[in-house]
Amino acid sequence: MAHNQISPTSAQMGLSRDEELFALREMLLIRRFEEKAGQLYGMGVIAGFCHLYIGQEAVVVGVKMAAKEGDQFTTSYRDHGHMLAMGMDAKGVMAELAGRRSGYSKGKGGSMHMFSREKNFYGGHGIVGAPAPIGAGVAFANAYRENSCVSIAFFGEGAANQGQVYESFNMAALWRLPIVFIIENNRYAMGTAISRATAQTQCHRRGEAFSIPAKQIDGMDIRVVKAAASEAIDWCRSGKGPYLLEILTYRYRGHSMSDPAKYRSKEEVDRMREEHDPIEQVRLRLLADGVSEEELKKIDASVRKIVAEAVEFATADKEPEVKELFTDVLM
Amino acid sequence: MSINILMPALSPTMEEGKLSKWLKNEGDSVRAGDVVAEIETDKATMEVEAADDGVLAKILIPAGTEHVAVNAPIAIMVEEGGSLDDISAAPSSSELTKNTHSEEISTPHSIEPDAAPSSTRHPIDAPEIPAGTTMISMTMREALRDAMAEEMRRDSDVFIMGEEVAEYQGAYKVTQGLLQEFGAKRVVDTPITEYGFTGIGIGAAFAGLRPIIEFMTFNFSMQAIDHIVNSAAKTLYMSGGQINCPIVFRGPNGAAARVGAQHSQDFAAWYAQIPGLIVIAPSNARDAKGLLKAAIRNDNPVVFLENEILYGKSADVPAIEDFVLPIGRAYIARAGEHVTLISFSIGVIYALAAAGELAKEGIEAEVIDLRTLRPMDLPTIIQSVKKTGRCVAIEEGWPQCGISAELAMCIQEEAFDYLDAPILRVTGKNVPMPYAANLEKLALPSIEEIIHSAKAVLYRD
Repeated sequence: MAHNQISPTSAQMGLSRDEELFALREMLLIRRFEEKAGQLYGMGVIAGFCHLYIGQEAVVVGVKMAAKEGDQFTTSYRDHGHMLAMGMDAKGVMAELAGRRSGYSKGKGGSMHMFSREKNFYGGHGIVGAPAPIGAGVAFANAYRENSCVSIAFFGEGAANQGQVYESFNMAALWRLPIVFIIENNRYAMGTAISRATAQTQCHRRGEAFSIPAKQIDGMDIRVVKAAASEAIDWCRSGKGPYLLEILTYRYRGHSMSDPAKYRSKEEVDRMREEHDPIEQVRLRLLADGVSEEELKKIDASVRKIVAEAVEFATADKEPEVKELFTDVLM
Repeated sequence: MSINILMPALSPTMEEGKLSKWLKNEGDSVRAGDVVAEIETDKATMEVEAADDGVLAKILIPAGTEHVAVNAPIAIMVEEGGSLDDISAAPSSSELTKNTHSEEISTPHSIEPDAAPSSTRHPIDAPEIPAGTTMISMTMREALRDAMAEEMRRDSDVFIMGEEVAEYQGAYKVTQGLLQEFGAKRVVDTPITEYGFTGIGIGAAFAGLRPIIEFMTFNFSMQAIDHIVNSAAKTLYMSGGQINCPIVFRGPNGAAARVGAQHSQDFAAWYAQIPGLIVIAPSNARDAKGLLKAAIRNDNPVVFLENEILYGKSADVPAIEDFVLPIGRAYIARAGEHVTLISFSIGVIYALAAAGELAKEGIEAEVIDLRTLRPMDLPTIIQSVKKTGRCVAIEEGWPQCGISAELAMCIQEEAFDYLDAPILRVTGKNVPMPYAANLEKLALPSIEEIIHSAKAVLYRD
C-alpha cells in the first residue's frame, strides 16, 4: 500500500460531465445554504453556535460521490454540508437551525446535533473527536451484520489530537473495521493554526502507527477527493480494515459566527477563494467542456430556489410545542 | 524452628477458598519459589509457592478441603534437618477452616446478605413469582453471567465488549464461559481504552445492535463518562426521538477492599443525575439477574452498577424461564413501622444488618432497597415514610449532592407534614478512600452509624 501520496494520477481523476454537473449542483447547494444560514444568524433567526462549511464543500460532496447506498456518515458540529450531501431535506435542516418543530430534531438539537437514520447520517456531534469512535461503532455494526456497508467518519485536524481518535484507530485496525477516517484539515482549530497545536502536522502520518493505510490529498479539487475516497472506501468494503484520508481544505468563514478572524490574514483567505475555490474549479472545467454559462446559471437558480424555500419553510414553521420539553428523554 | 504456610488471598475481597491440590508430600524438601499447592475460589485458581527453603513437615489442610479461611495455616515447614517435634503445638485442621477474620458487626465486608430473616422478605414485584417456583441459590456473579447468557441466546444483536471479558473469562469472572458459548464475535476483548470502546459501543447501539459494555470497574468509566453523558444519554433527545441507544454499561462500582482512593468509590450519584440514563444498582443475586435482563432488553442506555464485595454472595433466584424484573421499582427488603431505612446495593446489606440489631431493642425498621436509582421509585419511598414518619438514608458515596441528599429533598417535598424528625443520612466520609484498614473502615458507612441514626430520628438513646 502506497502511503503519503499527494494525489491520485490524472487518469484516476477524471469525472464525466454528468458527474461534474452533479458535483457543481451539490456544492452550490451547500454554499448557498450556508450563505443564507449566515444571513439568518445575523437576523437573529438562528442563534447559538453556527459553524459554516463554506470553502470545504468538495470534501463531503466528493466523498459522497464515492460512497454507495447504505454507507453511513458521522461528523462533528460543522455538519450542515454533510447533511445536505447525504440527501437530507434542506427544509428540515434549516428549520432545525431556526429551532422550529419541523426541524430534523424537532428543534431540540440545533445546528450541531442533527441525525437521520433514514439517510444514514449518525450526527452531528458537539464533541469534536466523537465521530471517530461513534463512526467506528457504526462500522462495528456493519462488520457484525456482514452488510458490506462502509462507515465514514469526518473530523477536523484539531479534533485529530484527541485521545479517543487514536483509541479508535487502534481498535478499528485491530478488528479490521470497515471505516474511512477523514481528517478535514482546514488549517485552523478554531483560531489555532495547526503548527501551533500539532507536533506532527502531516496528519496522515498518524495512520502508520496503527498500520492504517493513509493519504494526504487536495480537498479543494473534487476530482481528487472522489478518486481518493473511492480507493479508500473500496479498501474498507473489501474487508481490509480502516483507511485514513487527510483532506487539505480551507474554510472561508470564521470558526463560528462570532469569530474575530484575528489569527489569519485577509490576503490568505482571498488567495484561497480566488485561486483554489472548489466550485469555481468545476465551473471553469464545465465551461471549457462546452457547457453554456446559461446552463450553469440555471443550476445556480435551482439551488437558490431550494434554499429560498427552505428559509420560507423554516421561518414560517412554529417553535416546538411546550410539551416537547419532556419528550424523547427516554424511550 | 517451624514456619507456617498460610492460606493466601487471591484478591482483596477473598475471605476463603478451596485447597484443591498438594503438589508436595510431607517430608519433601522444598526450595523457596517451589509450588507446593493449588488453591481456588469461584473467581480463579492460584499456585501457592514456598517462601523459604526447608522441609514440608506437616500438611494441616488436606487436598480438596473447601472454605479454608484466608491466612489460616495450611502446612508447616521446618528447616532442613529440623524436627517434627517442633510442630507439636500446631492447631487442628478443623479449627483452621473457621474464618479467622474478626466478626465484629461493624466490619462491612463480613456481613452476610441474608442478615434479615427471609420471612420478612415479601415479593411485591411484577411478575409475581408463582407459588411452587423452584428457587436456585446462586452467587450474584453467576446470576449476572446467566442473565447475559440468556439474553445473548435470545437476541443475536446482544454482544459484550470490555477488558478481559473473553479469554481471561472476566477480571471478576462475571463473563465466565461466555466466550466458549458465543465466540469471539460476540464476546470481545478490548484494549485498555475505555473512552474509545465506549464510543464504539455507543456507535454500534445507534446502528441497532445491543451492546453490553463491561467496565472492569466503574472507576475507569471516568475515562468514558463523556460518551456516556454526551453521546449515550443525550442523543435520543438531540435527534428528536430518532436515534436511541440500547446499551448497558456494567461493572463493579463502589468501595472494594483495601485498594485505595482511585479504585474505591461510588459513582451512583454522578450517573443518577443525568437525564436520558437509567441507573440500576442491585443488592442481591435475584435482583441482579432480573434487572440485568431488563436492562439488556431496554431501548435506553442503562448504567448497571454492581459491587465487587457482593459478587460472591448467594441468594435464591427463581428458576423461571424468563425472569425479568421491572426497572424503576423499589423493593421492601424488610417491613417495619418505626423508621424507614433507604439504601441501594451494598448499603442495603448494612441497613438489613442494622435493622436486625434494632429489632432486638424493639425498633422495627422498614428497609427499602431502591434497586433503580433513576428513575427513582418515589411512591414506595413516600408511602413508607408516611407510615413511619422517620427516615435514614444510607449510601457508600460522598454526602454532598449524593443519593441521600436527593432522597431527603424528595421526601420533604412530598411528605414534609408526615415527618416526626429530621431525615438523617449515613454516607461515605468526605475524603478520598484511605488504604489503611482502620481508616478505610472509618471512611465507609457502618452498621453502628445506621443504628445510631435510626435511634436519633426516634429520639432514643
